[in-house]
Amino acid sequence: MNQKKSKKPMIITFALVAAIYIAVFIAEQTMPATSMLFTVLKKGAVYALVAVSMNLLNGFTGIFSLGQAGFMLVGAYAYGIFTIPVAQRASVYQYFDGGAVQFTVPIVVAMILAGLAAAFFAFLIGLPVLRLKSDYLAIATLGFAEIIRAIFQWNGLGPITNGSNMLRAFPNFNDFNITDASGNVTVYLSTLIPFIMAGVCIALIVLLINSSYGRAFKAIRDDEVAAEAMGINLAHHKRLAFCISSFFAGVGGAMLAMYQTTVQAKSFTSAMTYEILLIVVIGGIGSVTGSVFSSFLFVACSEWWLRFLDEKQIIGDFEVPLLRTGFRMVVFSVIIMIVVLFFRRGIMGDKELPDLLSRREKKRRGALK
Amino acid sequence: MSEAVKNQQVLKLENITMQFGGVVAINNLSLEVNQGEIVALIGPNGAGKTTAFNCITGVYEPTNGIVYFHGEPIAVNHPQGKMVKQYGGINGDLYKDRKPVVHTPDKITQMGIARTFQNIRLFKSQTVFDNVLIGTHLRRTSNVLTATFRLNAKEEKANREKTAKLLEIVGLADVAGELATSLPYGKQRRLEIARALATDPTLLLLDEPAAGMNPQETDELGEFIVSIKNQFDLTVFMIEHHMNLVMEISDRIYVLDFGKQIAEGTPEEIQKNPVVIAAYLGVDEE
Repeated sequence: MNQKKSKKPMIITFALVAAIYIAVFIAEQTMPATSMLFTVLKKGAVYALVAVSMNLLNGFTGIFSLGQAGFMLVGAYAYGIFTIPVAQRASVYQYFDGGAVQFTVPIVVAMILAGLAAAFFAFLIGLPVLRLKSDYLAIATLGFAEIIRAIFQWNGLGPITNGSNMLRAFPNFNDFNITDASGNVTVYLSTLIPFIMAGVCIALIVLLINSSYGRAFKAIRDDEVAAEAMGINLAHHKRLAFCISSFFAGVGGAMLAMYQTTVQAKSFTSAMTYEILLIVVIGGIGSVTGSVFSSFLFVACSEWWLRFLDEKQIIGDFEVPLLRTGFRMVVFSVIIMIVVLFFRRGIMGDKELPDLLSRREKKRRGALK
Repeated sequence: MSEAVKNQQVLKLENITMQFGGVVAINNLSLEVNQGEIVALIGPNGAGKTTAFNCITGVYEPTNGIVYFHGEPIAVNHPQGKMVKQYGGINGDLYKDRKPVVHTPDKITQMGIARTFQNIRLFKSQTVFDNVLIGTHLRRTSNVLTATFRLNAKEEKANREKTAKLLEIVGLADVAGELATSLPYGKQRRLEIARALATDPTLLLLDEPAAGMNPQETDELGEFIVSIKNQFDLTVFMIEHHMNLVMEISDRIYVLDFGKQIAEGTPEEIQKNPVVIAAYLGVDEE
């Protein structure tokens, strides 16, 4: 990080990101809304945010936490609870007399509340759990996520969480489309808005990572003892990273709720955490660009490109053997193994997009080898 | 203790005992380091030198005794719980009535004690520049929000300038953009010292700064330590095995053997001390 660092790669990066946003906007206006592409883009944006938030913790601070699904659940529920229109509450909370909450807040406020709720839970969990190290911490956070899932399905909390029934009818991504009086969509924004939401959050995380605090996080990751000897308060900084990461996981949970249009606690399983962990590992632990890139890749593979493997395919008179439900996951696993074999440190390693564009960086890395 | 003496006395260990289970690593160690001095702590391997450093910097909580820094007690303890029965040191009931004082290492660093490590502990994945820059984090006035939104630009700029200046002083300005671990060994040692200086210390603890250096590098290091001591108005307390370096730059020397202090004095006195020669120089370092 020399002071004389060239600005050019940064400008190219900004231009690239802007171009992607414009391309998304144009694609949305011109292509049919039912295209699989938009499903992938929407879910990819949600997963990108959650993966980057997990990377902030696992990749940049060196805290191996597996509680992401739990924090997403908290965020998703907080969002749902605060945004279901009052008129719809009687039908959503049909077993709980319309529920206890009888007001709504604007979507953006609800998303921030979702983040804050997740951060608050993280703060409480962090008090005992952050004293643990590596595997023990992972197990403790994983356990927490399972407990949260059970608690949110508990009937006693029904008036708030709707028990084990789903929350629905809250604003989703499709509500961002601008419609005319007769209900026809004039401007499609249902993909661009999640992109902007995720983009703003990821930009905030990147700013944090490159600030004095981000450097302190990386110092803790590299060497706890040395970091402490440099006057960095471990407990304080770890808690900070844990809460901030959970905040954005909560926001990501709110976005997932919007994507799914319904929320049910039982879908936030540890398998979801593993999916996100997989994205982080494939993208490169310690690379924001890698996490974003691999989340789109992961979602595209699992939702779209490999779907055909789950169905019977007949070419001419020949029925392709082996293809049936579940075969997709086999192929998917093989692909992941290949990626891990050939990109041992993930697709991006710990490099970011501007690093790839900078010749100096290349030279520096090259000189090390 | 008069005020003037207190100000003179940067570091004082009083009856420090450190016991791990049944092993007494340091037994009733008392020493003083005065303003502007370079004091060396020497002794054979396993004598308890690094343990003494860890007691000062808060990594360990001493079992018994008091550590003063500028007259302020920064660590106070007496045998408690199971240790009351197990205690193998002396003066075990001297501080019975004193309330234990414990600080975490980061708090101690904030008070103005910076240290380096015996086995170099640099931030491996980061550049030389960032390694030193991290040392400025503890004097921040920004919080996480102002830092994220870049409202601390002035402070950040000042820190970067300070870092650049420090690198200039230690002679690493030309490799500021390199990865810390890509530097040769001697430079890594210097970088560790630069990083410690970035925390604005008044007392610098060096744990074997010349370990693994050749004679020429060791000579240079000696000059370097004296020069930064004068430039930053520091007091230096160091552990070292290179006797040439120790005899050349230290004002006073403490000798430790099996956790006990066996001698104290100027380099000349230590060189002539028969106990030291028997325990250390004569036997271990032929």
